[in-house]
Amino acid sequence: MFSEYTSSELVSIFAMQGFAGLILFSVFVLMALGLAIIFGQMGVINMAHGEFMILGAYMTYLTSNIFSNYLPGFYGIYFFIAMIVAFLAAGSLGALMEFSIIRHLYKRPLDTLLATWGISLIMQQTFRSVFGAREVGVTIPDWMMGSVPLTEMVEIPINGIFVMCLTVVISVSVYFLMYKSRFGGQVRAVVQNRPMAGAVGINTEKVDRVTFGLGCGIAGVAGSAFTMIGSTGPTAGQLYIVDTFLVVVFGGASSLLGTIASAFTISQAQSTMEFFLSGSMAKVLTLLTVVIILMLRPQGLFSLKIRK
Amino acid sequence: MSIQSIREFMPKNNLVYFLCLALLIFVVFPLSMDIFRLNLIGKYLTYAFVAIGLVLCWGYGGILSLGQGVFFGLGGYCMAMFLKLESSDPESTKIQSTPGIPDFMDWNQITELPWFWEPFYSFPFTLLAILLVPSIFAYIIGVAMFKRRVGGVYFAIITQAIASILTILIIGQQGYTGGVNGITDLRTLLGWNIRTDSAKYILYFVNGVLLFICLLVAQFIRKSKLGRLLLAMREREDRVRFSGYDVSNFKIFIFCVAAAFSAIGGAMFTLQVGFMSPSFVGIVPSIEMVIFCAVGGRLSIFGAVYGTLLVNWAKTTFSESFPELWLFAMGALFISVVMAFPSGLAGLYKSKVEPWLIQTYTNIKRYYLERNGTRPAESGETL
Amino acid sequence: MTAKMQKNFVLEVEGLTVSFDGFKAVNDFSFYVEEEEIRVIIGPNGAGKTTVLDLICGKTKATEGAIRFRGRDLTKMNEHTIVHTGVGRKFQNPSIYEDLTVFENLEISYPKGRSVIGALAFKRNKKVIEAVNDIAETIFLADCLDKTAGLLSHGQKQWLEIGMLLIQNPDLLMLDEPVAGMSVAERKQTADLLNRITKGRAVIVIEHDMQFVEDIAHRVTVMHQGKTLSEGSMDRVKNDPKVVEVYLGH
Repeated sequence: MFSEYTSSELVSIFAMQGFAGLILFSVFVLMALGLAIIFGQMGVINMAHGEFMILGAYMTYLTSNIFSNYLPGFYGIYFFIAMIVAFLAAGSLGALMEFSIIRHLYKRPLDTLLATWGISLIMQQTFRSVFGAREVGVTIPDWMMGSVPLTEMVEIPINGIFVMCLTVVISVSVYFLMYKSRFGGQVRAVVQNRPMAGAVGINTEKVDRVTFGLGCGIAGVAGSAFTMIGSTGPTAGQLYIVDTFLVVVFGGASSLLGTIASAFTISQAQSTMEFFLSGSMAKVLTLLTVVIILMLRPQGLFSLKIRK
Repeated sequence: MSIQSIREFMPKNNLVYFLCLALLIFVVFPLSMDIFRLNLIGKYLTYAFVAIGLVLCWGYGGILSLGQGVFFGLGGYCMAMFLKLESSDPESTKIQSTPGIPDFMDWNQITELPWFWEPFYSFPFTLLAILLVPSIFAYIIGVAMFKRRVGGVYFAIITQAIASILTILIIGQQGYTGGVNGITDLRTLLGWNIRTDSAKYILYFVNGVLLFICLLVAQFIRKSKLGRLLLAMREREDRVRFSGYDVSNFKIFIFCVAAAFSAIGGAMFTLQVGFMSPSFVGIVPSIEMVIFCAVGGRLSIFGAVYGTLLVNWAKTTFSESFPELWLFAMGALFISVVMAFPSGLAGLYKSKVEPWLIQTYTNIKRYYLERNGTRPAESGETL
Repeated sequence: MTAKMQKNFVLEVEGLTVSFDGFKAVNDFSFYVEEEEIRVIIGPNGAGKTTVLDLICGKTKATEGAIRFRGRDLTKMNEHTIVHTGVGRKFQNPSIYEDLTVFENLEISYPKGRSVIGALAFKRNKKVIEAVNDIAETIFLADCLDKTAGLLSHGQKQWLEIGMLLIQNPDLLMLDEPVAGMSVAERKQTADLLNRITKGRAVIVIEHDMQFVEDIAHRVTVMHQGKTLSEGSMDRVKNDPKVVEVYLGH
């Protein structure tokens, strides 16, 4: 399939597709980080995760509308406010969901899966009732428009660069939060030995709730980033949920670095193949490869042998 | 078979359940409904095949598959391919640029029947394929996953991914599969018009009989040592393994059985509804099929049938009158079944209705016996 | 060493090592169990006792070393084949099927119908019922056959799990803390039970209760940090200064 291109064309193609893959990578990473925290650290499958992302996207849409109607002068910075709003909205809804439903189901992981699916249906219909069935998009502020020419054939859009920087910042903060902060220590203590963590004075229920909220909040921020590269509809979240789960599982559920590495692998593979095959075949091949690798190595690519 | 082993296979109360369900499906529904509604019930019942399979593999085996739509679809597509070839004879497709191939292939500039369609000219092959293709596929997945001890949540996600892959594949390869519209416009089965009312009646009863055959197979598995082993495995997999059983073989077996059941349902769906499309294969239908089973009670094969009927009936009613409320209702159903009624309708029946029935039965018996002047024995034997 | 070689051992474990990411939970561990012997393994928590049982029954795969059971190498076999060769193992927490009755618990452990087809065709015939009744008698649960296993007392659950192993008539029985959670009377009963069932088989027991160990042990192996610290009769081990230091002393 490479024969009809010259080598310099191929390099450009790989560079362009690679960059397109990086944006997909950003969305995957942001989605997957939240999911990895919830699934990897707490063992809960959150099927509504995509809907939390879309909640963040709608919050961004609302904020951008408020800015363009009431504060048009400050439109350039709306995105940063929107991110905070998205984080808080998705995070608090997540914490509420943990409190009302999830915490009763920690011993029944398969049932959480069904319950969160129910939540996702309700959220989808709510979006549809409130925002309408049509997809909405935000106006990207001027400073994010345009692109940086890298070579004659390769151009990089600024909003893409921005989303990537954002992803890096968030990933690094999550890393520090989970591995260097006191809170992260508490989360891991609860994961490893719940009764013991409780006995040394950690409020395990609160840690659960905050962790869950945090995971959902990051999904909300992912939604903010998502508005930069796609339009938002009530069911858009569902398209990402399986991919994101595969990213998390592929990376080895309890390793954040693994999650990032696997998001990179999957998004790059998909995006590069997309150029040469049809989009759907690229996706089929990527997912199939991941599934087959997972069958051969069920513990994921980046997990350790542990004593049980 | 001795009397004792028949008793073991079919305790008295199970026999009553079987008879009630048979009465409902073979007598009450056909007598009380017009053919349009009955055909709808027939369609619902094809999902019940999936739900019964899920009772065995999820309720008993603890294996939650979120990809049962895959097997339902494979069964349905096998049947649809046969029917499509039959209705695409050169005579009726002579306006196409390549007569004799299915219309959607012609639309997609395909000029020759793909090799994997060829065998579906044969009806016996199709029947075999309906059972074997999904079972072999399930077997491959099962061997790959269970031999490596992948289970629980991971298995659920992988099956979901497979459902997603298959949907994308079917939609993407529309020249070979009919794409998002699926395989439509199916008219005859071996020359027999399946769209007439009388054919719909006959298909409904065939469907019912097949459903009962599956129920009996499920009952046999449930009451055999394998049924108890599955329950034991769900609870203490290691103990079963260290009692000398190759646990994965049992999981693979029950997963294949569930797949075969689903496939029969899928094939009957195609026959009764007249088309098959990827919208019955993907993630959403697959999870909905799980909720049919959960509403009925994940440990009850009869509950699965009633649950399927109830949820689908509700879905049709809601979608007709309040389409926007349906997703809310469905979401609430998922949450409430998991939180408040984990054992579903069957659980409610066991805890509320059955004691009442037994009480009433005893009272009536006592009343009659007292009237006849004999004191009743203590109510040892009941329903 | 040569004296050991000449004897007829049921189980020979040599140079057994397992490492989890560099941490050697069992480190060059060797021991030999004779016919009809009750061997008790003691040692502080984390000494690797349970891991040794895991290695023998195939739950964990050894990094190095050999495990020979009646001359057959177990290290390459999978779990159920190891069970088929005659090794039975009880877990630390009673591991029984709480939703099933005592009868069904024992029936499932009955060594017939172990394949898929076999399990489908399995019939509860006279032989099965007799075997179950026999074992129930042995483990003091003859009156509880129809009881749901989850309703048994902790001690009874331990017995039930031992019974589930006995019904398979294993040549080597491995019991991880069989008297945990038992009353003094029950411990006594269990000790009698173990002494009765050694006919024709060897038994390995992990236990912390020293009184119980003295009642049953023919020989004792003391483990510490994945290695053998001391081995011999209870009296010898009890007075070994190394053992006193790491274990019995406190």
